[in-house]
Amino acid sequence: VTTGRLLAIFIVVATVALIVVGTLWPVQSAVAMAGAGASLLSSSSSAQAAVENLAGEIGRQDWERAYSSLANKSEFTETEFVRDLTGNYASLRTYATLDSSDLRPLHASADEAQIQLKLRWSTVVGTFSDTRTLQVVRTDDHWAVSWPIVKEPRVPPQVIPVNYLRWDVIYRGPADDWGAQDVEAPHVRIIDMHPVDRSAGVVIMGELLNEDVVPAFVKVKATLLAKDGSAIASEDSFDKISHVLLPKQVTPFLITFHDVALSQVDSVHMNPSAILIAASADPVIEIEDQRLNPAPEASFTGKLINQSGQVVNVAHVLGTFYDKDGQLVWVADQYVDRALLPETPISFAMSIPADIASKVSSERAITATYSSGRFQ
Amino acid sequence: MKRRFTFFLGGLVLAAMPLAFAQSGSLGLPKTVEAGSAFSIQSTGSGKAVLYIVGPGQVLRRSVQLGEPASFASGDLHNAGHYLAVLVSGSSTENGAFDVTAAHEPAVLSFLAKPSRVAVDSRDGISGVVYVFDTFQNLVLAPTKVSFQLSGVAGAAQTRTVLTRNGVASTKMNSAAKEGSGQFVAQVGNATGTRVIQQVPGEPCDLRMSARPSGQRLAVQTDPVRDCSGNVVPDGTIVTFTETYNGGESTVDAPLKQGVARAEMPAYNGAKISVATGVVLGNEIRWGK
Repeated sequence: VTTGRLLAIFIVVATVALIVVGTLWPVQSAVAMAGAGASLLSSSSSAQAAVENLAGEIGRQDWERAYSSLANKSEFTETEFVRDLTGNYASLRTYATLDSSDLRPLHASADEAQIQLKLRWSTVVGTFSDTRTLQVVRTDDHWAVSWPIVKEPRVPPQVIPVNYLRWDVIYRGPADDWGAQDVEAPHVRIIDMHPVDRSAGVVIMGELLNEDVVPAFVKVKATLLAKDGSAIASEDSFDKISHVLLPKQVTPFLITFHDVALSQVDSVHMNPSAILIAASADPVIEIEDQRLNPAPEASFTGKLINQSGQVVNVAHVLGTFYDKDGQLVWVADQYVDRALLPETPISFAMSIPADIASKVSSERAITATYSSGRFQ
Repeated sequence: MKRRFTFFLGGLVLAAMPLAFAQSGSLGLPKTVEAGSAFSIQSTGSGKAVLYIVGPGQVLRRSVQLGEPASFASGDLHNAGHYLAVLVSGSSTENGAFDVTAAHEPAVLSFLAKPSRVAVDSRDGISGVVYVFDTFQNLVLAPTKVSFQLSGVAGAAQTRTVLTRNGVASTKMNSAAKEGSGQFVAQVGNATGTRVIQQVPGEPCDLRMSARPSGQRLAVQTDPVRDCSGNVVPDGTIVTFTETYNGGESTVDAPLKQGVARAEMPAYNGAKISVATGVVLGNEIRWGK
């Protein structure tokens, strides 16, 4: 009985001690998860601490506290600050959560500092980063961040006439007799295909053409076959493809087989599939100022311009890269985190592996778009 | 499945009969009966008996007077196939077999036409297959004439007459040179089946575009896009305009609307602008200079 009492007393004392320790010296990540206030964080007694605090408040979406801590809040409203971070219109930013942040001091003096803040956001289609160079100023005994606001341009109210083109499909019904034909699936064709050995595994890339007169929802599946004819692995292109292909449109595709070496592969079985879908021919997106930037940090950059009247909430850019002989050498993609407003350029950048970049001679880019409320 | 179950049931009925009753005997059975037609089975002897008819998907039981014909009305037997007849009379059993064949008059046809959408000028590009059935959905195995006709687009209708073999007839037709919906009709007796074949333009031919200033930018536009037979390529077809300048490039994928694709591009002096759709390249122009 005595042993039991001692054990109970020990558990109670240990629990109280742990609660006290956790309250007085909380782990930063736990504070963020709990949504606790700034009183538990380090005070803005240094420029770096001020930026860290701001990043934490942005991560917790504590917009009011983040805005109130800024040194230049008289230059914009809290709403404009929030829209700078989450977008004016629904986009990947709107539903993103802050994954992590990095600080890089650029310059510091007694009353002023310049710090680069890199915010890495997570979305359903991967991560994107937002890098801002912050001026941090000292006021009395604490430091405050001057936020470099980026105001999204506002499109003036107007009517843009659009000659809207859409395909609707009537499929066969359950009451149709045996033999009654259904609508024919669109005819698609792989016009180019290359397997490549990469450090991550085997990469199959190519291009797919919709040679029909109707829109298609497409995907490409590849199966690697060994010398004895057995299947090594089977994968599909997932989002490394533009799934909706309008008539005569070409999309690149890329399929990665992790942990497989090309030397193991005897042949590849490609299986492109297409389903007839209802689709819209709009919006039209111009890809302007496309440039290949050489290594190091080789990239393909450009600007998307929405030539239609409707807002595009999510845009996905796919780049196809060719060598000097016109052979396909790489496929890369990038989601654009901001909504595309009519006639408003939005930049994109996608990285190209350094060893590939030196071979690239020309490129072709296409965009796949999603607009909320659009029938597709 | 249903037929297998019926055979199983019929088998059970026959197995349940005491072997002691089985005696050799003869039934006046027809060799074949046309599905759905009336027929009779003659028996010999006197007294009462029970006649069982067991076949695919069907079992009949009739009380009969021996020596008199057992009559079956039109429609009593309607599934084509091999049937067993068993006459059970007191301690004796007589049995025999006969075939029920499909009715000679075709009543229903199943028409498979492929593809439902085909490019113009495709030789043997359209295929039609017809299965001929009687009114009870039995496949008519006797050779039957089926006529196929493809019409509805400019030019004379194409007609073929094909004799069925084992109940099936097939043919191939050429698609027309002009786009449009074709009516593909198959006819057997009074039964007809119609399918719509959409004949669509082929690859664009002689793709050309022009450019003109539009404010600070360039407005590029194709001529009406047609295939090599002169058919207008359908709206929605994607045309890609590409402009290269000073190491940079701009592209626009624009859909054809009312036969023409339009887009706006940046205006760079000396820029080279090209146009393409699918794997077909068009002309190239140089702006300025």
